[in-house]
Amino acid sequence: MLDKNGIAKRIAQEVEDGNYVNLGIGIPTLVANYVRTDIEVEFQSENGVLGMGPFPFDGEEDADIINAGKQTITTLPGSSFFDSAMSFSMIRGQHVDLTILGAMEVAENGDIANWKIPGKMVKGMGGAMDLVASADNIIVAMMHTNKRGESKLLSTCSLPLTGVGCVKKVVTNLAVLDVTKNGFKLIERAPGVSIEDIKNATQGTLIIEGDIPEMNL
Amino acid sequence: MINKKVNSVQDALIGIKDNMTFMLGGFGLSGIPENAIAELVKSNITGITCISNNAGVDDFGLGLLLQNHQIKKMVSSYVGENDEFERQMLSGELDVELIPQGTLAERCRAAQAGFPAIFTPAGFGTEVAQGKETREFDGKMYVLEHAFKADFAFVKAWKGDEAGNLIFKGTARNFNPNMCGAARITVAEVEDLVPLGTLDPNQIHIPGIFIQRIFQGEIYEKRIEQRTVRQKVES
Repeated sequence: MLDKNGIAKRIAQEVEDGNYVNLGIGIPTLVANYVRTDIEVEFQSENGVLGMGPFPFDGEEDADIINAGKQTITTLPGSSFFDSAMSFSMIRGQHVDLTILGAMEVAENGDIANWKIPGKMVKGMGGAMDLVASADNIIVAMMHTNKRGESKLLSTCSLPLTGVGCVKKVVTNLAVLDVTKNGFKLIERAPGVSIEDIKNATQGTLIIEGDIPEMNL
Repeated sequence: MINKKVNSVQDALIGIKDNMTFMLGGFGLSGIPENAIAELVKSNITGITCISNNAGVDDFGLGLLLQNHQIKKMVSSYVGENDEFERQMLSGELDVELIPQGTLAERCRAAQAGFPAIFTPAGFGTEVAQGKETREFDGKMYVLEHAFKADFAFVKAWKGDEAGNLIFKGTARNFNPNMCGAARITVAEVEDLVPLGTLDPNQIHIPGIFIQRIFQGEIYEKRIEQRTVRQKVES
C-alpha cells in the first residue's frame, strides 16, 4: 500500500517532457518533488504563475508570490505572472496539458466530486470546475477509501459534482485505474496489494483483464 | 493627463452606501485592497454584496467586514479558512453564491470589456449550472454566465501614477486587473504612487482609462496566509 508520497511518485511517471502541468492542493502538490529531472516541465498555479519553483528559503518568503494553496513559493528562470482571466484562458483554452487534482469521489463514468459535503463542508470549488471542464488529461490523486473505510470509486457519485465524465485516470494508495466507457480498468497494483484487496475497496465497476502488474516505483 | 489622484482613502470612498455591490481584488490575502477594506469597516455601511474570490480570514481582509456584520452576500469561488464566515453561512445570516474561479474572473472581464454574458464549460452538469441557459458548441456543452454589475471595484496595485496607470507585482495581480473598469467606479490603491512620467508605457498592466480614483495606501501589512519555507542545507 502506498502513502501520499507514494501516490505522488507514481503520478509523476505520467508527466511527460514539455508538459505544462496544473497541480491541485494536497497530494498533487507533492508530484512536483518526483518528476524526472531529465525532462522539461512547467508548473502552472491558477492564481497567476507559470514556472513555479520550490518553497523559498527561510527569510526570503514574499507575500506577493504564492501558489493556489496560498503557500509562499519561488519562481524559476522563464517564469511569468498573469491575471486570473489569463490564467483560466490557459486552462479553459486547453493550453495546460495535464491536470492533477484530489477528489472525494470518482464515478466509473469519469464524474468527479470534490468541493462540497452538503450541510457539513462548503469551502467552494476554487478553480476545480474550470480545470475539469476543459483539461484534456485529468488524473485524480486520492486514497482509495474514505476515513470510514468506504470506497471513493463509485458507480455514481453521491456528493455534488465538480465535473461530468472528465477523469481519465485515478491513482490511489492501492492501484492505478483508467476510466473507460465500461468502468474502472485496473492497470497496476500498489506494492503488496492483491487484486482481492482492490476489489473489496472498489464499489464501482472494476474491469480486470489478464495479469495486473505491481507498480514500478 | 487626466488626473485620477485623490488625497485620502476617505475621498476615494466617497459615494459608498448601504446595500451596494462591491468587487474586491485579491487571492487569499495576496493583493487585497487593505486600505479600502479598513475604511469600509470604519464606514459601518451594511447590506454589502461582495464579489471577491475569497472571504479573507477571521481577523484580516474581508473577515473584518464579516466580523462587523456588514456583508449581506458573498460571491466567491473559495471560502475556507474563515470560521466566522462558516458560522454566518450555516446560520443563514449570510447569503453565499459559490462559482468557479475562472467564471468569476471572466464575469469581471466581461463587465470590463462590454460583453453582457459569456459561455463557459465550467460547471456544466453540476449544481452551478442549475437554472442557467446551456448550449452546445461543436459537440461540447457550455453554461451562459452573465457579466457582473457592481457599484465600486476596489483594487490594489504595486505601482501607479496620477493618470491611473497600474503595475502589479507577482501573484498579487490575480483578479485586480480584471476588476478595473468592471464597476461603475474603480478605486485603485497602490503601494507606491510615483510621479507622472516615471512608469514605462511599455510596462503598464492596466491603462488609467479604467480607473476613476487612485490613492497612495497608507499601511500595507501584506499578511502571509501559509508561510512555507525550506531550510538551507549547510555545505
